[in-house]
Amino acid sequence: MARIDLNEIAHSYKPNPQGPDDYALKRIHTTWDDGGAYALLGPSGCGKTTMLNIISGLLEPSQGQILYDGKDVSKLPPEKRNIAQVFQFPVLYDTMTVYENLAFPLKNRKVPKDEIHKRVLEIAEILDLSPDLNKKAAGLSADAKQKISLGRGLVRSDVAAILFDEPLTVIDPHLKWQLRRKLKEIHKRFKLTLIYVTHDQVEAMTFADKIVVMYEGELVQIGTPEELFENPEHTFVGYFIGSPGMNLMECTVSGGVARAAGMDIPVSGVGTRRAEEASGKQKVEVGIRPMYLDVREPDAEGLPARIINVEDLGSAKIVTLEFGDTTVKARVPEDKALPAEECKLFFPPEKTKVFIDGRLAK
Amino acid sequence: MQKWADNRAWFLILPVFLVVAFSAIIPLMTVVNYSVQDILGPGMSVFVGSEWYKEVLHNPRLHDALFRQLTFSFCVLAIEIPLGVGVALTLPRKKGVWASTCLVLLALPLLIPWNVVGTIWVMFSRPDIGLAGVTLNEIFHFPYNYTADPLHSWLTVLVMDVWHWTPLIVLLGYAGLQAIPEAYYQAAKIDGASRFAVFRYIQLPKMRGVLLIALLLRFMDSFMIYTEPFVLTGGGPGNSTTFLSQFLTRLAVGQFDVGPAAAFSLIYFLIVLLFCFVFYTTIVNLGKGEAQ
Amino acid sequence: MRMKKRTVALLCYLIFLLLPIYWLVNMSFKTTDEILSVFNLLPENFTWANYAMIFTDPSWYTGYINSMKYVALNTIISLTVALPAAYGFSRYNFLGDKHMFFWLLTNKMAPPAVFLLPFFNFYQTVGLFDTSIAVALAHCLFNVPLAVWILEGFMSGVPKEIDETAFIDGYSFPRFFTTIFIPLIRAGIGVTAFFCFMFSWVELLLARTLTAVNAKPIAATMTRTVSASGMDWGGLAAAGVLTMIPGAIVIWFVRNYMAKGFALGRV
Repeated sequence: MARIDLNEIAHSYKPNPQGPDDYALKRIHTTWDDGGAYALLGPSGCGKTTMLNIISGLLEPSQGQILYDGKDVSKLPPEKRNIAQVFQFPVLYDTMTVYENLAFPLKNRKVPKDEIHKRVLEIAEILDLSPDLNKKAAGLSADAKQKISLGRGLVRSDVAAILFDEPLTVIDPHLKWQLRRKLKEIHKRFKLTLIYVTHDQVEAMTFADKIVVMYEGELVQIGTPEELFENPEHTFVGYFIGSPGMNLMECTVSGGVARAAGMDIPVSGVGTRRAEEASGKQKVEVGIRPMYLDVREPDAEGLPARIINVEDLGSAKIVTLEFGDTTVKARVPEDKALPAEECKLFFPPEKTKVFIDGRLAK
Repeated sequence: MQKWADNRAWFLILPVFLVVAFSAIIPLMTVVNYSVQDILGPGMSVFVGSEWYKEVLHNPRLHDALFRQLTFSFCVLAIEIPLGVGVALTLPRKKGVWASTCLVLLALPLLIPWNVVGTIWVMFSRPDIGLAGVTLNEIFHFPYNYTADPLHSWLTVLVMDVWHWTPLIVLLGYAGLQAIPEAYYQAAKIDGASRFAVFRYIQLPKMRGVLLIALLLRFMDSFMIYTEPFVLTGGGPGNSTTFLSQFLTRLAVGQFDVGPAAAFSLIYFLIVLLFCFVFYTTIVNLGKGEAQ
Repeated sequence: MRMKKRTVALLCYLIFLLLPIYWLVNMSFKTTDEILSVFNLLPENFTWANYAMIFTDPSWYTGYINSMKYVALNTIISLTVALPAAYGFSRYNFLGDKHMFFWLLTNKMAPPAVFLLPFFNFYQTVGLFDTSIAVALAHCLFNVPLAVWILEGFMSGVPKEIDETAFIDGYSFPRFFTTIFIPLIRAGIGVTAFFCFMFSWVELLLARTLTAVNAKPIAATMTRTVSASGMDWGGLAAAGVLTMIPGAIVIWFVRNYMAKGFALGRV
């Protein structure tokens, strides 16, 4: 039960990092609130696991401090940090029984025997492991193994936070949601800080109160799933969250219009002026969620486009359109009638975002 | 992996069967043949039944050789396995130039022809020209002479075998250690496990499979040791370093006692086979136990 | 601090490992007179004479050629017969498969001394005595089982679906085996070849018994020198150093697969 502050953390695996490219983590400064459930979302190799290992103490960051409830723990080894970590693949002590596995962290900390016994039984009950306590851990199924890994963390009464490193990778799909529900249950019951690393946006959205999106060693956005969807702060968030991802087109902005793909798209908002200054010097992109792109009859107001393909998902239709010299996707409700081929596209200005060098112009 | 059931697979095995039959079954039949006959000269032989077996089994010099052999094999295993595991643990876990160099150096003794191993140790331990021999005699004033003192001789053979074969255990143990994912060490750290607990509960269980193979290989090879002591001590002084292979070769080639040598060969083979069968069954059963 | 202790222990072991080898190399650069007269850690009169002697005296260098010949022959024979067999063991259940496998392994366990006499008589009868092929075949006794064992381990790591797909695509078995399967287990073949090389190269007892003059291996040439009066220590040391070189070269090539090859399959 702790608030975790990361204070100007940066990490490089090279001994003498030169440029920013040598850093696996680039200047991270953030706070994880006590009792929050966070999902750390990002593509492979973006530094998620590095960040997790720095929080748990398996890695010492090249720069910066980590504070637990305001106390500097940067130099403390993992066993002193009251952290539990569950790995991608179940880690078990094969030669031990389930009971011994669960008791192991307490035994190492010289907890009295009867206290260990009480804790192990309690945790086994919560995780539905009671019937298996005397079995060899090696023979159990993958989900039971992951529960044991989790149990080894929970069994310590002083545990401050639990870190998960893609723990559901090896679990069968139909057991995944069961285990995920168990995690939520435990989170509610123990009021622990949970940090959950994943590259699956659905998993992140169903699990967490807040999603932290990482990209190339940086935190690009922290927010609720809605915030990430409505207001992506970075083209990566726009593209990574939502299905299909945001339509992004390179453009130049002038006079309240973004010129992209040979078309003039009206834009508004505070970022427009900065985007105008940056046009031609930096990479400026205009983006819109497929959901907000309005496909209209050819005689309506909008920009000309041509429907190439319609994919029916059952709940909605994904329309691929030829727009200027590029293609865009639109997501339209199932019951909406579509024009034959030639059509007009309408970009609602309040939903059309402009990005400068990948970041939202504001 | 589920395998296909098909007896035609025998055609694939056939070449191996033929080659091994050519180099194993036919000679083995010859041995059986010799072991029940007394060969007096070309084309003249008498069937003697189990007589050679009785003679060999009651030969006190064979008993001595067998006893020496068992003591030697036991010592070899007792020293090499813990030492090999220990060295494997000190090897760097991360791949790199240093780790590669260590591996290459370690493997070096394994690729030296066995008689050259003997020669190296002759040169190394001779009291007149050897580095170890001279050092012990001149600097520590220890009257070391492996050619004259049976105990020195026996110990020299033992040290030579440790030098020669411990690297095999190290390589096998290292292979076992390499198969442990980093997450195990990380989890152990978080669980607050001591260095010993990491060894006892993570490294040792993961190395168990390879170590059993190592045990089997080392037992077999130490039980058949011939060339190195032959070059180093020639089985002497006296019979202090005469092991089973030495004894057999002397009987067969030296004295041309074909009958007893053949009978002894078969007994020898059966002893090795028996031990190996026990080991093999243990390994297979352990594998099954883990799969459950 | 613990890291340091570990490294020190490792270094101690490496020193123990290298001392005898260092002494051999040291001796190979001395004259026999110097070896016998003075005790010094580095050669006083550094000389290449011992090596020059080996490379110019045919009774020495033919030994190397003979050894190479039967080692190469043995490696080729072992691989050729072991490849299909290992495939059979890794893919099929058939009558007596387990027994066959164990029987093969027992041959690896047979003391070469047991086979000494019958080999000698047998090869003399069939007229193969004192040829490279005799030694190569005799070494198959332990190398073929080993090759089957290692290759089977590697092949079991290749999913059976690959075979099935290829057969559905209309590949014949020989074509599938040579164009698809063998490239997939390249590393395994390399490791197996290494082990065949190694065990054939280091063996002396059979190699010496089955040869007399024409196919005499280098190792046997060296034992002759040991028994000759007035030992040529310098020459012997140089010959010893030269026998280590092929091994060292081979290890360097397979260093990254070595540990894996040792441990494969049954772990």
